[in-house]
Amino acid sequence: MTSIPEAAALPAASLRSNSLLRLTLRRLTRQRNARVGLTILISLILVAAFAPLIAPYEPNRDLIGIEPVTQRQKPCIHLLGCPADQPQHIMGIDANYRDVFSRVVYGTRVSLMVGFTTIGMAILVGTLLGAVAGYAGGWADNVIMRFMDVLLAFPGFLLAIAIITVLGRGLQNALYAIAIVNIPHFARVVRASVLSIKEQEFVAATRALGASDTRILFLRILPNALPPLIVQGTLGIAGAILEAAALSFLGIGAQPPTPEWGTMLGTERNQVFTAPHLVFFPGIAIMITVLAFNLLGDGLRDAMDPRLAQVSKPR
Amino acid sequence: MAIRKRKPNGSAPILEVRNLTTYFYTEDGVVKAVDGVDFFVRHGEVLGLVGESGCGKSITSLSILRLIDRPGEIVAGEVVFEGDDLLKKPMADMVDIRGDRISMIFQQPKSSLNPVFTIGDQIVEVFEIHEQADKEAAWEKAVGLLRLVGIADPESKAHTYPHQLSGGQAQRVMIAMAMALQPELLIADEPTTALDVTIQAQILDLIRELNEATGTAVILITHDLGLIAEMADRVAVMYAGRIVEEVEVETLFKQALHPYTQGLIDSIPVLGAVKERLNTIPGGVPNLIDLPPGCRFAPRCRAREEYGLSICTEVEPSLAEAKPGHKVRCWLYEDHSGHDAPLKPREAKARKKDRP
Repeated sequence: MTSIPEAAALPAASLRSNSLLRLTLRRLTRQRNARVGLTILISLILVAAFAPLIAPYEPNRDLIGIEPVTQRQKPCIHLLGCPADQPQHIMGIDANYRDVFSRVVYGTRVSLMVGFTTIGMAILVGTLLGAVAGYAGGWADNVIMRFMDVLLAFPGFLLAIAIITVLGRGLQNALYAIAIVNIPHFARVVRASVLSIKEQEFVAATRALGASDTRILFLRILPNALPPLIVQGTLGIAGAILEAAALSFLGIGAQPPTPEWGTMLGTERNQVFTAPHLVFFPGIAIMITVLAFNLLGDGLRDAMDPRLAQVSKPR
Repeated sequence: MAIRKRKPNGSAPILEVRNLTTYFYTEDGVVKAVDGVDFFVRHGEVLGLVGESGCGKSITSLSILRLIDRPGEIVAGEVVFEGDDLLKKPMADMVDIRGDRISMIFQQPKSSLNPVFTIGDQIVEVFEIHEQADKEAAWEKAVGLLRLVGIADPESKAHTYPHQLSGGQAQRVMIAMAMALQPELLIADEPTTALDVTIQAQILDLIRELNEATGTAVILITHDLGLIAEMADRVAVMYAGRIVEEVEVETLFKQALHPYTQGLIDSIPVLGAVKERLNTIPGGVPNLIDLPPGCRFAPRCRAREEYGLSICTEVEPSLAEAKPGHKVRCWLYEDHSGHDAPLKPREAKARKKDRP
């Protein structure tokens, strides 16, 4: 059997696994926008992880009687000429005598948690529904996708409000609402991928080897459907964070005293002109976080779609 | 890799396909892709299944494994494998048979491998599906298989992804996967069409060696008669969803009976012979939705005109033994006295004259 000669072996260097993950990372880090997004995101994650070390105060600590602070006091930064005998509050003090900087730092935890858990739930359910719809076809496809269409027929935010109306206000219910609103997007993306992948020859080959339908769908087809799902997921996190902030702003998401950026904006929205720092800093935090996910998502899309990558980077 | 030699089981067929009929229900009508196909494969033999593109070869092989999807359907027939009719088995049993007792290799080796897994993982999966193999032992077996099919440096190659392989290497991997559990029957659907000629020869040698070493019967599907001459023991020629001729390979090339087969053989270019044009069979494959009555080859058949047979366009001949061991579906060799009388030579001549 070993008598059969084989064409020249590949050089050993190229043999070491060139997995899609590694390839994607390399393409991703070549793009400046994606690098910026990734850097911001990593910083945000670090901030969230080490919030107790970064924040000078407990987020809900009432500083009245502890320090000489006034209500909605302007930021006091020693480097920028704030007298050294005053305690430093780089983002100022809010209406309840709390340090805004500490609250913004802890807010990172809430927002990232919101983004990842909602999209996580949406991806889980959406992928399952979309994969089954795409692979089974026929009536299952029709039932699932028409239900998704019904969900999509409502403006997403209105639907979220409606769901919260049913479930009751609060951060946890806001999470469910945002997750449900996002499910159809993921179901569609996954269904489309599965539809095209299931026609590929390797699926027939795997079936001919005796693999069961469940195995083929979940272990063989879905890994191939990951790239668009990852892109959609990253962009979806940005949207979810924004939606959660908006719901909290309206007072039906995170409830005070939770240090949530949208809630902080909402409670102080009437003080925009008298105490702009109370609105400005949480707003900037939301913007930076959403921007980071969007930059990263766009970068991932370019990195994972070889056609786009070639267009954007002529050699 | 220990090779299990199958007991030669005389000339008993391992697979018998009877009246296999697979239709596709499309919006334009019913496509009769496979329409009453009969053939058999003996233990350890290589059966060549030849025909033009679109004559139903691949659908026949997919039907054997019951891999036909909507809108296609196996409408009738029997696929008797080792005494059991596969078409009557529950789907769960069928899934167990695939890859274990009957396996298949495809035309496009590179697209037949899953792009996101290493080839080692993909071979290991075959063991995972069919036996509760422990992961490390399965990996060892996979490396052994890669060595068996002639992949150089199999230990490190097992860690590579399909896009890092050449077409020939990918086909070797496909063969390794198909042969992993030493099936009793291997269906090779145009295994070398996508490969260049030198690699073709190597892959064919490999299939032949595995066939001889393990006794696995092979159905070799191809449109290439040269390949048949090299590889097959027996040949079944397919035309428009039917078998038109079935015989030992030597006889086919020495004395093909069916006009279609003769046409195919005539159209093989001969090295050294100077011709202005290659011989071709006039016309094209009939529309499988709207088949002509009578013999399906009749509209393209020269012999029908030469012999002036009118029955050809009216009644379809049956696949009958013209000589011992030589089956053919043609009125030239079948007694048609029960049907219309054939045209008298004079009438035939007269008819020829009328033609412009």
